[in-house]
Amino acid sequence: MGIAAETQFHVLAVDDSLIDRKLIEKLLKTSSFQVTAVDSGSKALEFLGLQEEEQRNHHPQEMEVNLIITDYSMPGMTGYDLLRKIKESSSLKDIPVVIMSSENIPSRINRCLEEGAEDFFLKPVQLSDVNKLRPHLLGSRTLLEI
Amino acid sequence: MEVVQMQRRFVEYAASLFREGFLDGQFTQLQQLQDESNPDFVVEVVSLFFEDSEKLLNDLSRALDQQNVDFKRVDSHVHQLKGSSSSIGAQRVKNACIAFRNYCEEQNTDACLSCLQQVKQEYSLVKSKLETLFRVSARSLLLKDKTNLESGFQTSFSKSDC
Repeated sequence: MGIAAETQFHVLAVDDSLIDRKLIEKLLKTSSFQVTAVDSGSKALEFLGLQEEEQRNHHPQEMEVNLIITDYSMPGMTGYDLLRKIKESSSLKDIPVVIMSSENIPSRINRCLEEGAEDFFLKPVQLSDVNKLRPHLLGSRTLLEI
Repeated sequence: MEVVQMQRRFVEYAASLFREGFLDGQFTQLQQLQDESNPDFVVEVVSLFFEDSEKLLNDLSRALDQQNVDFKRVDSHVHQLKGSSSSIGAQRVKNACIAFRNYCEEQNTDACLSCLQQVKQEYSLVKSKLETLFRVSARSLLLKDKTNLESGFQTSFSKSDC
């Protein structure tokens, strides 16, 4: 069962809406991703920082986050703020980040992409969107390993 | 025979909700996500929506009742409601919220109050229709299981049966 843990990709989902968290979690699980869902940017950073420490101290492969998917409009730290913090961190900058938003604002989309977001999904997110995630994943296994 | 009638009633009722614009494709997405590992997914998400909406509608009533209305706050609540209704496919509630936000921008209290009434009405309608839908669905499932048990079969309701 250790083998199963290694080949599943782990996505960190960030959204302040409980309904949207439940939805994204189901979408991701249906696509065979392992999911951790948090309700704020600060909790996300906490989780990532915690995970970082774990990598240093104990198990390099456990709890590795392969992708972050975050809502744009959140109170306090927005998805954009979170994106910037991740890209500014030497240890976290290589984790791909996808932004979700209910509003189709081209300048917002461009700003996120320019800041290094891999993709931008309009809400409500569909299964077809989630299926597009695999190519973006950090540490994607080769065909032989899958 | 009874089972088929019940199932047909469910299908017809669901179809009417889509036809009349109460529900849109996003609701279908929810139904498609439901499976054996999570057989109550749709009911769970919709129940969250009911809880969330009732709280937001109360917050909105209170916010618009103030001497000096904080339109940013009102807009924030409407934005949330628009988001959650969109996420479950409650199309008419979502559309009512879109109109509402325009008046928030204009800082027009009277128009906002009128929009709130509209949203409350649409919410109330979709709530009662979804509750009916779940009742019909539950009854058809119970009947199906009962019939199957009686005839010696045991099956569980899954996507493939739809």
